[in-house]
Amino acid sequence: MRAQFQRLQLWAERRLPALTRHRQQEQLPIELHRRRIYIVPTGFGMAFTLLLLVMMVGSLNYSNNAALLLTCMLGAATAISMLVAFRTLNGLRLRGLRAGHAIAGEPIDIIFDTEATRLRQAVRLDLAEQTRAFDVQGRADVTLSLPTEQRGWLSLPRFRIWTTWPLGLFRAWSWMHANYAVLVWPRPELSGPAPARPTEDSRRQRLHRGEDLASLRDYRSGDSMRHVAWKASARHESLLVKDYEQPEARQEWQLDWRQLSGMSNEARIARLARWLGEAQAQGRPWSLWLPSEAIELGSGHAHYARCMSALALLP
Amino acid sequence: MSAILATTTHARHRRVQERLGDRSFDLLCLTTAFVLAVHAAHLPLWLSIALFAALGLRWWQRSHRPGRVPGWLKVPALLLLIAAVMLDYGNVFGRDPGSALAAGLLVLKLSESETPRDARVAAAFSCFLLMAALLFGQGMTATLVVALGLLPALSTWRSLEPTQIPVSLPRQLLPALLLLMVSLPLALAAFVFVPRLSSPLWGTSNPQAAATGLSDQMSPSDFTELLTDDSPAMRVSFDAAPPAKNLRYFRAYVMWNYDGKDWHRLDAPIDAPAAVEAANTIAYHINLEPTHQRVLPTLDLPLQAPAQSQMYADGEVFADKPVNDALDYTARSALRYRFQPLLDPLTRRLALQLPPDFDPRTHALALQWRQRFGRNDAAIVQAALQMFHNDGFRYTLVPAPLGHDAVDDFLFHTREGFCEHYASSFTVLMRAAGIPARVVTGYQGGFWNTIGQYLLVRNSDAHAWSEVWLDGRGWVRVDPTAAVRPQRINLGAAAGGSNPLLPWYESGVLESLRNHWDIVNRWWNEGVIGFDALRQRGMLTPFGIRDVDTGTLEKLLAISIAVFGAAGLAWALWRRPEGDPALAAMRALERKLARAGVARGRSEGPQHYLRRAGRVLPTQRAELDHLMRCYIELRYATAEPSPESLRMFRRAVRNFQPHRVV
Repeated sequence: MRAQFQRLQLWAERRLPALTRHRQQEQLPIELHRRRIYIVPTGFGMAFTLLLLVMMVGSLNYSNNAALLLTCMLGAATAISMLVAFRTLNGLRLRGLRAGHAIAGEPIDIIFDTEATRLRQAVRLDLAEQTRAFDVQGRADVTLSLPTEQRGWLSLPRFRIWTTWPLGLFRAWSWMHANYAVLVWPRPELSGPAPARPTEDSRRQRLHRGEDLASLRDYRSGDSMRHVAWKASARHESLLVKDYEQPEARQEWQLDWRQLSGMSNEARIARLARWLGEAQAQGRPWSLWLPSEAIELGSGHAHYARCMSALALLP
Repeated sequence: MSAILATTTHARHRRVQERLGDRSFDLLCLTTAFVLAVHAAHLPLWLSIALFAALGLRWWQRSHRPGRVPGWLKVPALLLLIAAVMLDYGNVFGRDPGSALAAGLLVLKLSESETPRDARVAAAFSCFLLMAALLFGQGMTATLVVALGLLPALSTWRSLEPTQIPVSLPRQLLPALLLLMVSLPLALAAFVFVPRLSSPLWGTSNPQAAATGLSDQMSPSDFTELLTDDSPAMRVSFDAAPPAKNLRYFRAYVMWNYDGKDWHRLDAPIDAPAAVEAANTIAYHINLEPTHQRVLPTLDLPLQAPAQSQMYADGEVFADKPVNDALDYTARSALRYRFQPLLDPLTRRLALQLPPDFDPRTHALALQWRQRFGRNDAAIVQAALQMFHNDGFRYTLVPAPLGHDAVDDFLFHTREGFCEHYASSFTVLMRAAGIPARVVTGYQGGFWNTIGQYLLVRNSDAHAWSEVWLDGRGWVRVDPTAAVRPQRINLGAAAGGSNPLLPWYESGVLESLRNHWDIVNRWWNEGVIGFDALRQRGMLTPFGIRDVDTGTLEKLLAISIAVFGAAGLAWALWRRPEGDPALAAMRALERKLARAGVARGRSEGPQHYLRRAGRVLPTQRAELDHLMRCYIELRYATAEPSPESLRMFRRAVRNFQPHRVV
């Protein structure tokens, strides 16, 4: 049933270009207007219309004018609810889209930045099998997550803004296909060897002892006697140790695509991604050489993001 | 800038429905309570109580132990409901048992309502039941109450939408009220133009509601009930000045047959119209409340039957079908007349018959008068009226009971009673004396509503009087009650006497309030209930269209829907002009200058642009400089420009007229 409906939808989109006009990608911001808002009764709306007809025929048959008036009022309210549904979407703007980062296989959060001059209630947004309902007055951010499968650019699929406000009798909707893509980072491998270290590594580590006294702390077994603050300890019940701020204790990594010869491209990328993650977690600086670009030594989140993006974009 | 965000996320194919919110459930319970309340008037008391109890239990159950009512309870409850309705009504079809069953089903539906879908269906069903309640009575108050019942139903639907701004329950009803108010004009247009059926599509059951109003037989108990019922019976508006108070007799039934206790009308009244010599004719419109009877009261003496009715020889007017809804009709009557100056033998015999072996003393008195006055019938009538006037007769609504010889008892013992007793005994007395006589029932008096310019006749204005046939004068109306208590005739029923049965609010300020309220009711009756196929066809007569047929009505309906649709679309498509008013004023200035040949370049700032304009229009350089300074100040001097300076700038732009230098 569902598959058939989708086939029908595909056929309609092929045959009726007017309906598919908004399947083409469009530039942000997108403002909804009358030419792209569609409205049909919901199933419940149809059933209620049928009920109204029954009520009308009944009241006409019994020539009961009060009942007829009541039926007319319900009918008019139904018609007006259709206009209200339209007005809920008309003039709604999608100002922009923002997305965080995600690695392939994990959902990525996409933030829809919407704007409206008056209050729009119970607007719903469908994206990739999920629906989120929200109100907009002024500006509102709506977050939906998009599943990802592989690294690289993922363009945002067609999504739908719809509402059944106020009575659930009519459903107004508009399809949007924003010209927007998110970059999905490669998935790191789960485990593997550490990168080969330069030989002078262990020698240099000892030199990197902090010089500045940061604070005093309690003695722990294994602390060097040279670091005990004898004068301070004399005034105290237990031994106190001078704690030196730990400087960059870790050695930098020079990650290189060429080191990983003999592996497939994707395996290389996954390993490099894992190393990048470990380096970032351990706070060590790293540089990265890739066939497409060479990234200088650096550290921090921005550096990590740059390297991951470069990995994601490898062919 | 506020945003209330994200409440629900669920799969698009909503197999799993979310739980019904508490507020929605409360609104649904309120809707159901409304439905039960408007139906309570005609449901059996035990059923109403049971349904209300079930509703209350369900509400309590859900607020304490959320969840459906267990499934094993549903089927027995349904069977019990059907059995109860069957027992009480005999079947489940028809208006009364149908509505009882439907009300029960609604409560059952409520007991299993746990999803938004259930609530939607239940609220829609409530709408249907609310409409059905109007089939039992379509008075204005009833309709207003029913329309109020739509508010919780619509609000239930509204509360099912995902994001809800939390408000109190009464405030939650307000948007629905607004929606109904807005929909009223369209609803009225549809109401006026929807073609009415000239005959029903399927058989409409005859409502056997307790008939209020006059009945076609006259027995004292009926009348007492009637005389204390102050609900409106009819409203009369006259084309000319209303007739004098003592001429406001509205004729309904003519009673011929007396069985010693009750009076009855003829089973087969004579069809042929009787000869009438009329003077002082008057035309009038009557708006009759539903009586479920066929009789149409008319001012004494009707000359011609209104449409779709028939007039009998004795002046009774009967409609072709019972008056089950308020009915409007126009008639014409004579205030002075000679009615049937020649009496045929059959009618004379009918008008003289009396049950044998009743009321010997009355017969003796009549015989005695006949001997005293000879052939002078009028003198006998006068003698009888003199007797009522002088011999200590009293008017009261709570007379002493009468025995076997009712007229004897009344005339010689109790001597107290109301119009029915007087009319009855007078007629018997006349017949005993050999004067053809009959009893006429109807209404007398009424309240003249000066604001509405119409006569309001209540059921308590019901009256009975006599007609005697006098040689050369025909049937003459004689009101023996007037001989006892003339105020009854001049002031109406309220002056009937010291009457313990009449409610305390019968007089004073409340009385006048009630009479004002009656105007509204009259509008309702005439404008809404009485708007039938006939009225609909004639509604465009002032515009020169005599007969509006169905095709025209459909066209009018389509036109009005199109007009309202256009108005609605205009509203839906209209957008508030957005953006900065200062910028808008600047754009207006740019348009003016562009017409004068100074168009603003794409990359041109306001300062540069207006300076250039000043060079092109040297005579207005000062003015343009001022405008520029104003604008710069508005845009850049403060974050929030004062409305004062904004207004000044806009006025300056409006007043600026570029003069081209030639």
